[in-house]
Amino acid sequence: MKIDFTLNGEQREIDVTPMSRLLDVLRCDFELTGSKEGCGEGECGACTVFVDGKAVNSCLIPVAQMQGREVRTVESLASNEMLSDVQQALIKFGGTQCGICTPGIAMMASAALEAEPNASRARMRELMAGNLCRCTGYQLIIDAVISAAEARRRHG
Amino acid sequence: MADFLQPQTLHAALEARAAHPDYLPIAGCTDVMVGFSHQAQPTGFIDLFGLAEIQGICADDGHISIGAATTYGDILKDPLVYESFPVLSEAIREIGAVQIQERGTLGGNLGTCSPVGDTLPVLLALDAQVHVASSKRGSRLVPINDFIVGYRKNALAEDELIVEIKMPLAPEGTQQYWRKVGTRRAQSISKLMMCVVGRLNGKDVEHIRIALGAVAAAPMRVEKTEAVLAGQALHEETILAAQDTLASEITPIDDVRSSAVYRKEVACNLLGRFLNDLGGA
Ligand SMILES: Cc1cc2nc3c(=O)[nH]c(=O)nc-3n(C[C@H](O)[C@H](O)[C@H](O)COP(=O)(O)OP(=O)(O)OC[C@H]3O[C@@H](n4cnc5c(N)ncnc54)[C@H](O)[C@@H]3O)c2cc1C
Ligand code: FES
Ligand code: FES
Repeated sequence: MKIDFTLNGEQREIDVTPMSRLLDVLRCDFELTGSKEGCGEGECGACTVFVDGKAVNSCLIPVAQMQGREVRTVESLASNEMLSDVQQALIKFGGTQCGICTPGIAMMASAALEAEPNASRARMRELMAGNLCRCTGYQLIIDAVISAAEARRRHG
Repeated sequence: MADFLQPQTLHAALEARAAHPDYLPIAGCTDVMVGFSHQAQPTGFIDLFGLAEIQGICADDGHISIGAATTYGDILKDPLVYESFPVLSEAIREIGAVQIQERGTLGGNLGTCSPVGDTLPVLLALDAQVHVASSKRGSRLVPINDFIVGYRKNALAEDELIVEIKMPLAPEGTQQYWRKVGTRRAQSISKLMMCVVGRLNGKDVEHIRIALGAVAAAPMRVEKTEAVLAGQALHEETILAAQDTLASEITPIDDVRSSAVYRKEVACNLLGRFLNDLGGA
């Protein structure tokens, strides 16, 4: 089945089995290996991408549902070789260790900051509850996200 | 290769459903895709996600209707819902995390009809009706109590689709209560869910609906317990009698998440708390 969609700002077409998982198509067909598979069951968030601007788990999406839609992956967060503020904050605060969860964390944090730029720490934890991390213990991740939010407020 | 249909209208979707009763309707796929590759594959799929005609929320003649393919994320943003049915918003807020809420739909929760489907006790307590349709026989409104048939089983015929869920607006003074007892706040499979909707006239119980999830093969209303309360003055003895009846009316199981005795005790305590609040208000 032929599917047309926008991927990281470019119009793409692909011929695939309709029920293939978006995650596999991104990683194998488009070689965008930033999105990770942690659980394959919607629990861990390592596969988080944006579809029409909304953060979703790409392991639970049949690629045929992407017809005509706009998909963004973690590879689109940096621009001109410059990491985004959220990505830089994750590095600065030690919000990443082994790195498996990090692409999903960076995506969900970016979506959360867009949707609720003034979220409290407790609310931010709630918004990030679908992203599991086995290394950092979460504190440093939330520190990083809150600091990115504060920096955005300072710089307007 | 499995066939994949993307009807652009409800009419086309219903025609596809009638022509291919063996095809699986899909919406947000948050149930369908879990363990998908390990299961027997249907020969085809009918995609309903984003079908505009069965998305969105509207108010008409004393009801609020939610399209079957409306995502939890969109339901949470709608003031009509959280102002009229705070219990529905509360229940949905605890379903999965953001990524699941952006995809999961109310129609999907009814389609799966799991004993731990979080919206089902709420819809039972709110006297919701499920608007279903087929291309040959047209539409029918099924009371939620009849729609839920058993363990992961609903009353949908093989040529029908869920179109919308309709809930009557409650009169002034109606109180709503929702509790999900689980292990973690977000993303937990529940040990027990309870939704109660009630209203007093003076001291007397004028309206009462009590629904539970995770205490039987399917979410259920406890009608015997409701009958103990209906029309009675609300005082301590009535509350105790209702709790006694509730303990014998539900038959929870022991499983890895919790024991039957614990579930019964929690259910009775929650009911007591709601009734005391209702009486005190
Ligand atoms: C990580 C995770 C956490 C979860 N947490 C919860 C939770 O806390 N509480 C909870 O209740 N659920 C939870 N779920 C389950 C799931 O998200 C919900 O049941 C959701 O409502 C399913 O909606 P969907 O649109 O994704 O359905 P789908 O997976 O697309 O479909 C589910 C079923 O409904 C049928 N169906 C869908 N739409 C229609 C229609 N319009 N007409 C006829 N049939 C239809 C399909 O054929 C299928 O059988 C969780 C799932 C995951 C992966
Ligand atoms: S891999 Fe998708 S949520 Fe874990
Ligand atoms: S850094 Fe290892 S899982 Fe999060």
